[in-house]
Amino acid sequence: MRKWGKPAVFAASLVPFAWLLYAAFADQLGPNPAEYLTRATGDWTLRFLCLTLAVTPLRQLAGWNGLLRYRRMLGLFTFFYGVLHLCCYAGFDMSFDLGAIARDIPKRPFVLAGFTGLLLMLALAATSFNRAVRWLGAARWQALHRLVYLVAVAALLHFFWMRSAKHNYAEPIVYATIIGVLLGYRVWRRVAVKSRYA
Amino acid sequence: MTTRKPLFPVPPASEITPRAVYGRRREFLKLLAAAALIPDCARAQGKLAALPGAKSAVPGAITMDKLTSYKDITSYNNFYEFGTEKDDPVAEAHTLRTRPWTVSVEGEVRKPRTFGIEELLKLAPMEERIYRMRCVEGWSMVIPWVGYSLSALIQRVEPTGNAKFIEFVTLADPKQMPGLRSPVLSWPYVEGLRMDEASHPLTLLTFGLYGEVLPNQNGAPVRLVVPWKYGFKSAKSLVKIRFVERQPKTAWEVAAPHEYGFFSNVNPKVDHPRWSQATERRIGGGLFQAKIPTLLFNGYEPQVGQLYAGMDLKKLY
Repeated sequence: MRKWGKPAVFAASLVPFAWLLYAAFADQLGPNPAEYLTRATGDWTLRFLCLTLAVTPLRQLAGWNGLLRYRRMLGLFTFFYGVLHLCCYAGFDMSFDLGAIARDIPKRPFVLAGFTGLLLMLALAATSFNRAVRWLGAARWQALHRLVYLVAVAALLHFFWMRSAKHNYAEPIVYATIIGVLLGYRVWRRVAVKSRYA
Repeated sequence: MTTRKPLFPVPPASEITPRAVYGRRREFLKLLAAAALIPDCARAQGKLAALPGAKSAVPGAITMDKLTSYKDITSYNNFYEFGTEKDDPVAEAHTLRTRPWTVSVEGEVRKPRTFGIEELLKLAPMEERIYRMRCVEGWSMVIPWVGYSLSALIQRVEPTGNAKFIEFVTLADPKQMPGLRSPVLSWPYVEGLRMDEASHPLTLLTFGLYGEVLPNQNGAPVRLVVPWKYGFKSAKSLVKIRFVERQPKTAWEVAAPHEYGFFSNVNPKVDHPRWSQATERRIGGGLFQAKIPTLLFNGYEPQVGQLYAGMDLKKLY
C-alpha cells in the first residue's frame, strides 16, 4: 500500500483526462465536442476540489491518517483540470485571442469568478513543494493554503452564475451541499475544540 | 538485376475509370442531387413518415450552407419539456403523443377555430426550406425544414384590426413531458411575434425536416421556425395560436428579463450578458473548426431588415 498508493492515485486521477483525450480523437463527444470538453473539465475540477477538501475531515473523523499523503496530489490535479478548463474556454470559445480574453474576463461576473479561483489555485500550486513550506515557514504556508476555501467559494459562484439564466441549479446545488458540509465541518470542529479548552 | 518499386502506387489498368464514364461525372452528381435535395448526408433517418416538400420560391428560403446531419439535428436539442440537457429530448420525447392533435386558433380573429393536425397538413402546399438556425447559446445548424408560410394560416382565420401580436403556446402535459416537473420555466412555454413578423413569408409553420415528419424531439407534430431570430423563438409542439392586441410575455422574458428580450433577433453586436454573440460554432465541424462570424438577423437582413427600420436594436433586443 505504501509503495503503490501514490502511483495508483496518480493513475486513477488521470483516467478522466485519458478518457476525454481518447473520446475527442475517436469523435465520441457528441454533436458539440468543444462544449462537452469545457463542461467535463469544469466538472472534474469541482470533483477533485471536493476530494481534496474531504481529506482532512476523513482523516480526523475516520482516523485514516494515510490519506494525508494524497492531499497535495489531489490538490494539484484540481489545478490540472482547472487549467484544462481554462484552456477549453480560451481555445474553443475565444480562439486564444488574448486581447479578447482580457476584455471578456472583467465583463462577465461568472468568468471573473472562475478566473479568480484559478489564480488562487496557481498560488497554491506554485507553493506546493516541500521547500516552499520551509521558505515560508509552516504557519505562513498553512495560512496561505487556507485560500483553498476561497477557491471553493469562487468555483461555486462560477457554477451558480453560469446556470443563473436557466434557473437550472440541480448540479450546482449538489456541489454546494458537498462543499458546504466539508467546510461546515471545519467551522464546527474549530468551535468544538475551542469550547473544550475554554 | 533489381526491380525498383514505383514511387507512388500505380493502379492496374483494369481499375482505371474509362474516360467516357469519367466524363459523365457531372450527370451522375446531378442525378444524385435530383433524387434527394440533400447533398451529402447519409439519410440515416427513414423511420418516420415521408413528408416531401417542393423547393421553396420564397426569397432567402434556400441557404447554400452545408446541411447539418440528421443525426445532429435530432440528437442535440433544447426542448425543456423533456429535460434541460441537450441529449434529454431524444431520450425522453418518445412519450409525446402527436395523434390526435389539435391547434386552437383564437383571439382577435373573425374565424376562430380549432384545426386538426390532418387539416393543417393540407392547408397549403408543403415547401422545403433550408434555414440557418442560430441558438442563443452560440451554436448553429443548417436545417432542411418542411412546411409552409405561417401567413397561409393567418389569412385563413382573418385577423381583426386589433390583432397586433400573435402568441404561440406549446403543449404542457406532465404525463407526456417529464421536464415539466422542473421549475426552470413557467409552463406552458409561450412565445410571441409582432404581426408583421408573423406574416413575413420566411416565418414557417413547420411539420417536417429532411423530407420526413418532425421527430418528437424537434417539436412534432407542428412548430414554428423564425430563421432570423434566436432558436428559442421557434416554439415547438404548438397547441394554441392566439391573436392579441398587447405584446405577449414570453417564457424566457419571464424567466430572465435582463437576458432575453421579446424580439431576440440574431445580432452579433448585442452580447448576451454572459457571453459574446459575435461568433457561432457550426455543429458538425468537429473539435478544431474555428467559430464563424454571426450575421445580423442571422444573414436574413435583405429579407427582414425593413421590419425593424428605425428601431434601436440594442434597446429592443
